[in-house]
Amino acid sequence: MAEKRVVLSGDEAVAEAALACGVMLGTGYPGTPSTEILEHFSAIGGKAQWSPNEKVALEVGIGVAFAGARSLVTMKHVGLNVAADPLFTLTYTGVEGGLVVVSADDPGMASSQNEQDNRLYAAAAHLPVFEPSDSREAYDFTLRAFALSEEFHTPVLLRMTTRVCHSRSPVTLREEKETPVSKPYRKNIQERVMVPAFAKKAHVTLFRKMEALARWNEKSDLNQTFGPETAERGIITSGAAFQHSMEAAPGARILKLGMTWPLPFEAIAKFVAGSKRTVVVEEGEKFLAGKILEHGIPVEPKADAFLFGELDVARVKKLLARDESPEPAAKPGRPPQLCPGCPHRKVFETLRDLGCIVSGDIGCYTLGVMPPFDAIDSCVCMGASIGAGLGLRHGLAEAEARKVVSVIGDSTFVHSGLTGIVEMVYNKPATGHLVLILDNATTAMTGLQENPATGRHLDMSETTPLNLAAVCKAIGADSVDVIDPTADNPGFVALVKERLASSDASVIIARRPCILQVKKLAKTKKQ
Amino acid sequence: MNEPVTNVLFAGIGGQGIIKASDMLTEAAFRMGCDVKKSELHGMSQRGGSVSSDVRFGKKVYSPMIPRGEADYLIAVSEDQIEVCAGTLRKNAVIIRPSDIDPADASSRMLNIAMLGRLNRHLKFPETLWVEIIRESFPAEIAEENIAAFRRAAGGKE
Repeated sequence: MAEKRVVLSGDEAVAEAALACGVMLGTGYPGTPSTEILEHFSAIGGKAQWSPNEKVALEVGIGVAFAGARSLVTMKHVGLNVAADPLFTLTYTGVEGGLVVVSADDPGMASSQNEQDNRLYAAAAHLPVFEPSDSREAYDFTLRAFALSEEFHTPVLLRMTTRVCHSRSPVTLREEKETPVSKPYRKNIQERVMVPAFAKKAHVTLFRKMEALARWNEKSDLNQTFGPETAERGIITSGAAFQHSMEAAPGARILKLGMTWPLPFEAIAKFVAGSKRTVVVEEGEKFLAGKILEHGIPVEPKADAFLFGELDVARVKKLLARDESPEPAAKPGRPPQLCPGCPHRKVFETLRDLGCIVSGDIGCYTLGVMPPFDAIDSCVCMGASIGAGLGLRHGLAEAEARKVVSVIGDSTFVHSGLTGIVEMVYNKPATGHLVLILDNATTAMTGLQENPATGRHLDMSETTPLNLAAVCKAIGADSVDVIDPTADNPGFVALVKERLASSDASVIIARRPCILQVKKLAKTKKQ
Repeated sequence: MNEPVTNVLFAGIGGQGIIKASDMLTEAAFRMGCDVKKSELHGMSQRGGSVSSDVRFGKKVYSPMIPRGEADYLIAVSEDQIEVCAGTLRKNAVIIRPSDIDPADASSRMLNIAMLGRLNRHLKFPETLWVEIIRESFPAEIAEENIAAFRRAAGGKE
């Protein structure tokens, strides 16, 4: 088989594997560090599209898999919370064509609001999880994940982390590419319609499937051992933590798990028997250690200090030495800030000067929390600005309630702000409410991705743009205004004041394109 | 024991070409036949925050992150990042600063490439390899200027 060796990021490697194994469609929602997977897949000729959110992305992927073709669904870790609803029943229905869900976890929170460990989802929703440790494995494991998905008719979770997604290392690519195929439709009501009568059987079937997958994993070469047959100390590890362990403890006896759910407990017990003590080195929660201990196999979990932040070579050395002395604090670098000329700047100056209580959201504009603005009061998850803003309006005394504003970006609004507007109209607080949609015509924070409101697909081809103002009007907002907060700043300030003084359910769309997006579009046009 | 690895740390702020320069070194080391790993933190870095990138190469590289106290070289495209990176540097690490580059030799836009040239005084990879990589990394109209900046900075002693 012809092969080619190149240096790729983990994200690019997943995309290359998807193309090589004939993925018909890649879907997802942008989120660091997963965004580049679909961008690269599209760039090399795969069909990829941004969905309004991760739930829809997974649902579209499910349909592709029911049609018998292969689909790749990508998201950052918190995206899987949004997609969890379909995921938990998809495992009951199973799939026909291969379906791989990429969860890009962010231990250390380089660019996220929490450090959740999505291996826990695999155990809760009952699906296999693969953990690549570098780009080569990101490529190989993606190919293996699609094969396993079809062999067992199960979705597979590919758990990446920031240091796997955004690190580059050599990968051997196969030159042969499979062509995407769809099969004749196969109707199977009992398997795919999850009404209680069928779901009860499906749950038992799923349990047996996971038992079979565990047996498969006992013999799988996805799990590898390194070092001597026996040694005083053994290490069980997975993902990026494996790479740190090989460097922190040269020549150590190591069991590297490539498929970390369902676990190969017999192989683990055999490995553990070869050492006096076995330490589990893992990033995130004590997932492996917890499951192995639960199974009655004696291993040592990491100390609590290593639940927080990323692992690296120095930290793995400390972890292995059971050294719980304080770690040297990293010197703070220069914090990010809103770009000079950013259209959000005038918005936050206004909200600060008016003394607003600002219910914030996820995007560049979260940086409105930084000085000199200090103009974000809360930020929880995608879309929370509207619901939480409404809750503040209900919970605060009138004088303060009137100062509450929800601030949400265009892409985040499409992702999960629409139902917030429905709530505002349906359960309007006594003081009304004001939602500011900061429409900068791009998904800026993740690196300028398109979204349904920009009128362009992932590959920049044109499509029908979602009309944000028309949607808000149709839902029934009392007023919907569109204004450029920079070009007409006095007008913007006056409008915000007026809406705050009223008891209406108001939407103001502060519309001015991101300066980086303007540059990018000019460059694209030139080419 | 593991084989020795060369560790090059790039640091600066968003927009200075840190990622690009480190990608180019990664590619150069790969074409020299080395195992290589590179990792970086971005995401919010586009917004003028600190950006750093670790490039490691040798016979076999495991972790993509340079362990504390093991960076052999620091390419500080922004002077103020030197202090931030201090903990990652080896005792006698070579620090390449913006002030090491004659402003007549390279405009600020090409500082990252000039600093790669300066680094190559130590690494001594063939110039033809760099020229090839610079041509692949830039549009034709600016590739030659970057090659010239690289050559001016690469000329001279360690």
